[in-house]
Amino acid sequence: MDAAFWIILTGTLAGASCALVGSFLVLRKMSMLGDAISHAVLPGIVIAFLMTGSRSSIPMLLGAALFGLLTAFIVETLHRKGKLQQDASIGVTFTWLFAIGVILISRYTGMVDLDQDCVLYGEIAYVTLDTVAVWGVQVPSAILTLGGLFIVNLLFVGVSFKELKITAFDPSLALSLGISATLWHYVLMGMVSMTTVATFWSVGAILVVAMLIAPGATAWLLTDRLRSMLLYSLLLSLASAIGGYYLAVALDGSIAGAMAVVSGILFALALFFSPTHGILVRRIRLRRVVEREAKIKGGDAALQS
Amino acid sequence: MKFRESLSGGKKSNQTRENISGSVSSLEVHDLTVSYHRRPVLWDIDFEMPEGKLVAIVGPNGAGKSTLIKAIMGLVPPASGYVKIFGQSLEDARPRVGYVPQRNSVDWDFPTNVLDVVLMGCYGRIGLFRRPRAADRDVATDALRQVGIADLAKRQISQLSGGQQQRVFIARALAQDVDLYLMDEPFVGVDAATEGAIIELLREMRRRGKTVVVVHHDLGTVRDYFDWVLLLNLRLVAFGPLEEVFTDTLLQQTYGGRLNILTEVGELMKKQDRGRELR
Repeated sequence: MDAAFWIILTGTLAGASCALVGSFLVLRKMSMLGDAISHAVLPGIVIAFLMTGSRSSIPMLLGAALFGLLTAFIVETLHRKGKLQQDASIGVTFTWLFAIGVILISRYTGMVDLDQDCVLYGEIAYVTLDTVAVWGVQVPSAILTLGGLFIVNLLFVGVSFKELKITAFDPSLALSLGISATLWHYVLMGMVSMTTVATFWSVGAILVVAMLIAPGATAWLLTDRLRSMLLYSLLLSLASAIGGYYLAVALDGSIAGAMAVVSGILFALALFFSPTHGILVRRIRLRRVVEREAKIKGGDAALQS
Repeated sequence: MKFRESLSGGKKSNQTRENISGSVSSLEVHDLTVSYHRRPVLWDIDFEMPEGKLVAIVGPNGAGKSTLIKAIMGLVPPASGYVKIFGQSLEDARPRVGYVPQRNSVDWDFPTNVLDVVLMGCYGRIGLFRRPRAADRDVATDALRQVGIADLAKRQISQLSGGQQQRVFIARALAQDVDLYLMDEPFVGVDAATEGAIIELLREMRRRGKTVVVVHHDLGTVRDYFDWVLLLNLRLVAFGPLEEVFTDTLLQQTYGGRLNILTEVGELMKKQDRGRELR
């Protein structure tokens, strides 16, 4: 199988895994927390990398996930106890942790196979360089990691659909029913952290945010049902991966960057042309109402004269 | 007039005194203090509520009305004091108590429909990781019928009017089917028809022995709607049957100098002017 197939599959699996947990970030209006976590796991990744010397180890996933949870915890604590605004506490926390990661990389850059470009932008184009044999087929090892991640995320959302839904929609009702909104907040943040770390190598710290947020935000514009929103976000990830790959080929540019650009274009399209929430449809509806009112008023005026 | 009749009828059948001395109180709050950033917002609240009452929590803005029911539900941590529900701790009594948050506390653009929101009332019963069954759906559909919006079951929630939104929340509470309800401002921003429908449902709940506690800010309707009143302004001013507690003197104490903003209660304004002269 050729490189194009593997690159698109990598992009799709990374995007779909991100979209599943990212949709709930969007629904909870915590998109920026996803941004923060995706950056703040960097020191965790570097430390784990320095300790184990490997990229795809389980301890690394867990270690970095801990940093993600730490981020969520510091943001919450600064906000609640420190009276700092939510966005300010996010800004302070993740830049600080990310900067530590940057220092660690620059300090040890000669000793480890890890550079700033890879961390920031990913290296999805090179997935086929590192393969393992599965039933006689040479499969990129990234596919195995991301495939596993996708299945885990799918199971997670499937099994805890009800809990994720109620804690996103009405956390105080959830609490009153004995469903801890705080616990589920951290469970979700843990999943976001793991997802971010696992997709890190393919798309980097910056573009992973596009994969977390754009599909969910776009899907929300297209549907009124949570299930359909999740399904659409998966399809949008697939479309972004395919479109992004060929855009990158045409422009001879960064593949991960092109995938993020395509997901942004898809969002803009949905914003204008969505049949349910699109700006255009709302304009048309509004105009129809205005015309109908005008007609009624015109009729009244005609009657009076 | 009709309201008055049903109210007095309710009183006869409920027999206040027996409830106090006889069975367990539906709700006990003892020495409850809640502070926000070290500033107390509720101070030493202490009361016991009999079963089967329609109770209004009344007080000026910022008196801590919403905070009180949030503290009872464990949604805000108390600085001191404790709460008992039907003689049990909140954790043990959870299946018997329900909370109805303010309508504007949720995002009505959330991608879900009316029936799904009502189904959420059953989530506590359904249990962790399990899915709602057909029986839960029947309960939810029946609750929607009771609040008179069964035809809206499949409607996207962003398309509801304020009154319909509140009916959805009441339906969700009905689906929850508990013995003690705590409702935060269910009459705010709803149309007259909805207000009437809701108060009829609350009376029906009382007839079935439920206790319903409502944060209420319309002093003009307290006398018609409720049979017990809790007057609150940081401290508990008074708590008891309507005719004993909902008096000019006690309202004066509750609202203090701020009574004049409630223009709809003209007679109370007069009282306050007199109070100023005395001072």
